Amino acid sequence: MAVRKPPVTTREYWAPGHAACAGCGCATALRLATKAFSEAMEEKYGDPNAFAIAQATGCMEVVSAVFPYTAWKAPWVHVAFENAAAVASGVEAAWKKLGRKGKILAIGGDGGTADIGMQALSGMLERWHNVVYLMYDNEAYMNTGIQRSSSTPYGAWTTTSPPGKLSIGEDKPKKWVALIAAAHQIPYVATASIGNPFDFVKKMKKAAKVDGPAFVQVQCTCPTGWKSPLEKGVEIARLAIETGVWPLFEIENGDFHNIKIQSPGGGAKVKREGGRVVAIEFKKPIEEYLKLQGRFKHLFKQPEAIDVMREQIKAMWKVLGVDVTLPKPEE
Amino acid sequence: MPMRKVMKANEAAAWAAKLAKPKVIAAFPITPSTLVPEKISEFVADGELDAEFIKVESEHSAISACVGASAAGVRTFTATASQGLALMHEILFIAAGMRLPIVIAVGNRALSAPINIWNDWQDTISERDTGWLQFYAENNQEALDLILIAFKVAEDERVLLPAMVGFDAFILTHTVEPVEIPDQELVDEFLGEYEPKHAYLDPTRPITQGTLAFPAHYMEARYTVWQANENARKVIDEVFEEFEKRFGRKYQKIEEYRTDDAEIIFVTMGSLAGTLKEYIDHLREKGIKAGAAKLTVYRPFPIEEVRELAKKAKVLALLEKNVTFSVGGALFQDFSRALINESEKPKIVDFILGLGGRDVTFKDLDEALAIAQKALNGEEFNEVNWIGLRKELL
Ligand SMILES: Cc1ncc(C[n+]2csc(CCOP(=O)(O)OP(=O)(O)O)c2C)c(N)n1
Ligand code: SF4
Repeated sequence: MAVRKPPVTTREYWAPGHAACAGCGCATALRLATKAFSEAMEEKYGDPNAFAIAQATGCMEVVSAVFPYTAWKAPWVHVAFENAAAVASGVEAAWKKLGRKGKILAIGGDGGTADIGMQALSGMLERWHNVVYLMYDNEAYMNTGIQRSSSTPYGAWTTTSPPGKLSIGEDKPKKWVALIAAAHQIPYVATASIGNPFDFVKKMKKAAKVDGPAFVQVQCTCPTGWKSPLEKGVEIARLAIETGVWPLFEIENGDFHNIKIQSPGGGAKVKREGGRVVAIEFKKPIEEYLKLQGRFKHLFKQPEAIDVMREQIKAMWKVLGVDVTLPKPEE
Repeated sequence: MPMRKVMKANEAAAWAAKLAKPKVIAAFPITPSTLVPEKISEFVADGELDAEFIKVESEHSAISACVGASAAGVRTFTATASQGLALMHEILFIAAGMRLPIVIAVGNRALSAPINIWNDWQDTISERDTGWLQFYAENNQEALDLILIAFKVAEDERVLLPAMVGFDAFILTHTVEPVEIPDQELVDEFLGEYEPKHAYLDPTRPITQGTLAFPAHYMEARYTVWQANENARKVIDEVFEEFEKRFGRKYQKIEEYRTDDAEIIFVTMGSLAGTLKEYIDHLREKGIKAGAAKLTVYRPFPIEEVRELAKKAKVLALLEKNVTFSVGGALFQDFSRALINESEKPKIVDFILGLGGRDVTFKDLDEALAIAQKALNGEEFNEVNWIGLRKELL
């Protein structure tokens, strides 16, 4: 009987025994990312282990490397919150001098990437280091207890964007770091999601195989910070794609005229012109995504805030060159 | 045959880096140190130094890249000063805690505000608690030599700590002096290849570096940094001795000048030691029993050597270009620590001077001498004295 090849290697680099919360979507993301990386290294260099990781301070660092234990089965270094990209630059330079084949993976949360680490990231990309930067985007600073970041979406509750008499929660739209990364005209930029793991693995492999810098922003759920059911992480992430909240795309060589948009699924109607996605008519209202998360609960008492969110999402898609229609829930 | 060239301390530092053959250099320009990365760029561009030079976007990334490279197991070097060093501050602790023997050349410069590009030692002094070894050069030759020495001490397995070598902004960084450049083969023999057993990012033997430590382990980790600093005392002496054997130049943690029958010994660091020695000659001509001592090594603080020095004098007059607010200068604190439990000890008088590039003249030193003499004669004296203040501006 023919045995089907598993969709991604069974090798593990992020081993069981780490201390992430039950249901942590980011832990899933890191596990998949390192597996994908390993496959890419095997295909490119004939050595599945030909990589090292430099990681920023944050949840995924703190839960994986508590002395004297480690969850890492790959060479791994953590230095500080804002400098994973700079540390990775140094590691890459050292490997070059040592004649070591392989690729460096830098990992940071949204805080360590979109905010405090933005400068180091830009420097690393601009200097063209042979590094893949993976931003795991759980949309807040989780390690310090759920504070807003510039990647926190509009309307979300966090401990520093609490809804109140004068506040609807986070009052700024999400910062699109993938587009900032793409502005460096690097070989490869992509957004991904744990809601579409095959796509994520494919993109990580692609990122790992390019020569030069690559950037992948993966949305991953955080049941603790999102106040969402532990078991619904992948479902929530998929709803983000299907409702239009989280676009999946690739940008190669900074070519903004040729952004590759993935179909969102969920019954959405995609209109193409010359192979390019120009319009998407979403079928599922964003409320389906929002309602599973306690961080958006207060918005349902102020539906006009959800309309603001809809407008922001449309504007964001417009930047990607896509006209979207976002339905309202049926009354 | 060693070569003699007339050069600035910045060039001497770049030459030291070239001779030490670091595999990765990451640096960002800042006055007065800018010439160091520039000169290194030339060496790299001409194929005279086979290193990866990462032109980072900030000092924070410079030191972070050095940490990354050092954690990957190669020799690394950078140069900075003042605000640049301050921007590295957070990562300096991490480099020491991770036991990475990175070497930084620092053109000692004042810190803002007000912004000032001239010399004092506040930048490196402010980093004295990071765990880094600290050396201070009196002249351009020392700048070169001490960088080579710093690599050797830092990489010793009993130490494994990063090290910084300070040389005074403009007074040294931009002033030319003849400097002897040692033979590459001799330096190669002295330093050897850096092959760490503790830090590498090698897929064939993966390790985790830079972990989190709970209270159950943190103190012990910090203690090993303490221990490494203690070990460095002996290692520094050994390396000084080996350096003298190979290159003929003698270094000591504390270098003394005409101290044997001195009643007052002035103590300082860096280029001020040169001025001071001349001043001592001038005092001796007048029959005043004064001597000088220069700290070449500031961290680890040479406690034993300070105690020996203290036995020779009735007054120790500390000349320092830094401020530790409400205490005086940092040296005052360090000397007090070294001598507090000694049964016989000299009086210690502290002088803060030369901040932000203010010239230190014989007139200033006369002012300090007068106060030191009060202490010597058992009269009342101020423990902390700001010398050369322009009172009309206050
Ligand atoms: C310079 C500095 N400022 C603040 C912190 C505290 N801190 C550690 S992790 C963190 C937030 C991390 O957020 P993010 O990068 O989004 O990762 P997450 O914890 O969500 O996985 C903060 C604020 C720090 N370690 N260093
Ligand atoms: S707080 Fe969130 S991101 Fe952090 S470990 Fe828990 S679930 Fe994962």
